[in-house]
Amino acid sequence: MAENNHYPGEENTGHIWDDDLRELKNPPPRWWMIGFWVSILWVVGYSILYPTWPVGQEPTPGILGWSQIKEYERGLQQIAEKRAEFEDQIGGMTADAILADPGLTQYTLASAKVLFGDNCSACHGSGGQGNPGYPVLADDDWLWGGTTAKIGESIRGGRQGVMTAHRAILTEQEVDTLSSWVVEMSETAGEGGREAGWALFRSKGCTACHGQEANGILARLPNGDVVTVGAANLTDGIWRFEPGGFESAKYTILHGVNQVGVPETRDAVMPAFGEAGKLSEQEIKKLVVYVHKLGGGL
Amino acid sequence: MKSKHPLPGPSAVQALYDEADYWHVNTGDQTIHAKRLPGRWRRIKWLAASVWLVYFLGPYLRWEGQQAVLFDIPNRQYHLFAATVLPQDFWMLSLLLLFFAILLAVMTAVAGRVWCGFFCFQTVWTDVFTWIEEWLEGPPSARRKLDQAPLSLHKASIRSVKHGLWLLIGFLTGFSFVAWFTDAPTLWQTFFLGEANGAAYATVALFTVGTYVLGGFLREQTCFWLCPYARIQGVMLDRSTVVPTYDRDRGEPRGRVQRGEHVGNRTTGDCVDCNQCVAVCPTGVDIRHGQQEGCITCALCIDACNQIMAKVGRPGGLIRYASLDELEGRPTKPLHLRARVWVYSAILALALAGIFYGLTSLAPLELKVLHERAPLYVLLSDGSIQNKYTLKLLNKMPEGLVVTLSVSGHKGLTLVGADKPVVAESGGVTPAMVFVRIPRRALEGEQQPLVFHAEARRASGEVVRAERETIFIGPPQSR
Repeated sequence: MAENNHYPGEENTGHIWDDDLRELKNPPPRWWMIGFWVSILWVVGYSILYPTWPVGQEPTPGILGWSQIKEYERGLQQIAEKRAEFEDQIGGMTADAILADPGLTQYTLASAKVLFGDNCSACHGSGGQGNPGYPVLADDDWLWGGTTAKIGESIRGGRQGVMTAHRAILTEQEVDTLSSWVVEMSETAGEGGREAGWALFRSKGCTACHGQEANGILARLPNGDVVTVGAANLTDGIWRFEPGGFESAKYTILHGVNQVGVPETRDAVMPAFGEAGKLSEQEIKKLVVYVHKLGGGL
Repeated sequence: MKSKHPLPGPSAVQALYDEADYWHVNTGDQTIHAKRLPGRWRRIKWLAASVWLVYFLGPYLRWEGQQAVLFDIPNRQYHLFAATVLPQDFWMLSLLLLFFAILLAVMTAVAGRVWCGFFCFQTVWTDVFTWIEEWLEGPPSARRKLDQAPLSLHKASIRSVKHGLWLLIGFLTGFSFVAWFTDAPTLWQTFFLGEANGAAYATVALFTVGTYVLGGFLREQTCFWLCPYARIQGVMLDRSTVVPTYDRDRGEPRGRVQRGEHVGNRTTGDCVDCNQCVAVCPTGVDIRHGQQEGCITCALCIDACNQIMAKVGRPGGLIRYASLDELEGRPTKPLHLRARVWVYSAILALALAGIFYGLTSLAPLELKVLHERAPLYVLLSDGSIQNKYTLKLLNKMPEGLVVTLSVSGHKGLTLVGADKPVVAESGGVTPAMVFVRIPRRALEGEQQPLVFHAEARRASGEVVRAERETIFIGPPQSR
């Protein structure tokens, strides 16, 4: 065929049929071919430098020794180094000192947000808004005190308040009177409790825990701290258990809190996070700052 | 149709091969050595290309002691003369991109691929590269000869100078690019001492190689096969777009000039088939085939044709800027009657107005207020309702600001946590957490509008302010 090629100047393959039917050469553009060969070279270079070919369980390592996990770990290390500047600084400081420094407070809040989410928010809510049976952390009503020291104690050692079940101690009439009085107190910020209620409150020993003024405070120390046993403040609108109402108050008076042998009793247990290495002192300190800044720190 | 292979006589099969030949596309198998002729459009092309001097010289402009235009990426600040633009103002960049995209469209709709022919970095750089080539190696015929000549000392020396110059231009292109992103005089000092940023070296290397390959070797292949704009711009043309066009009715049939001919007895058209229009074309197309993807509308063929027409004593304008309507003798629409022009102009005006508004209303201090989501409100033991807000202060001033925060909107409110002013760092966002308390009985509805105010005094004594509306949320009122 090729010897009968009448088209010497033409880009044909030399395949000619019926004298004039021939196959033309239409090579891909040169730039395309260059790209093709460069791609192949790229693969060769890449597979020498980086992990590429799956051989057995592990791919060929590549002479640069790069791997995703190593890069990830290097990234983590960079973050740790960046954090270490701050962590070292707050390591030697008290929570109050951190709160006095806006920059360190910002760092601590950002860092403790994760701790709070992991350890606290299941019961107290993501923003410390509380849940039925679990206290609000964003208000200024503290069962055990809202200073940084008291918040630290609560996180570190946990808390467990107690209230006697009064179903065998008080008559039904007395329970009703006290429950109504609690509702009146809460709606009037402690001003409007009826005298009958106050009389029962004082004579039945409620003051032992709730205090003479029914605000949960047993004594005020010269340094401003207050002594409490975790009893609720009855003179504000904030409810410790189910929010607001006669039935809720009555239930708590009848069955008490954390009473052994009383199946209906209210459960109120804050676990100890300082024990068994659950949280380090540094982490507790950061959480103290975080909780203090939720809105009600004293 | 032209036919290179008349053997063995016209047949149906031969017609197919002729057509295949006619549609043959330029895939770069032959280097195009275009002839350079002086002329009107040549001058316009140089003038248009000189716009790129701004790219090379712009970084050295100074404004109040610092680089006038500096895209400071590490500090996320963009200095444009007196204005400093932060990433928060970047919506203006999208308007700027919109402006240029539409400008490209309106230019194309009115006068074809003006961008490609006169302004595009690919064609401009290629033009400069071939200009150097011609200066060193001579006219196209000499260049072709040199291409085929065996390697000699002479060829090697010419070639090495040429490639050296090309690489130098590539280097300057990359260096100038980097200079927009860092202090240019400092870059000159550090770059050659090996002290500049690694990204600077990588960018310069990429640009050097890219410019060298694209301008020196790929040339018109970029326009044919790599450039998306070339294809997009092609579809923006319509019947009333003026582009360099061969006047087929006047030119055909082509024929050589005969001695002693008169206009009256001539059987041929005005085209003398001198092929000068093809010889000067930087992309190697034949304009006489009509508008085509390879034509970058650089109008160099107009110069070439007019010169020939003047020599043979025929009127110029055989190839000229004309629309399809004009050539076909239809009425041509003036610019202001074309809907495209109006729509595009309106978008251009809107984008410009937006950028103008943005640049003139750049606030020195911005305040954003985020209301806490959980809990929305908290009841405090004194019976008041507390809302928590995170205020974000964006300070665009070159110096730190001591910002005083206040809030208004309700008579009974108390602001907690803002007794000390906040120090807002320059060029950054400083958060501040504050609380607002309102006695429950003083609340008139579930939501109250509030306005936060931020105020600071600059070192110059000028007071800058920002404010932001938000809401105060209380418990449902039904209870």
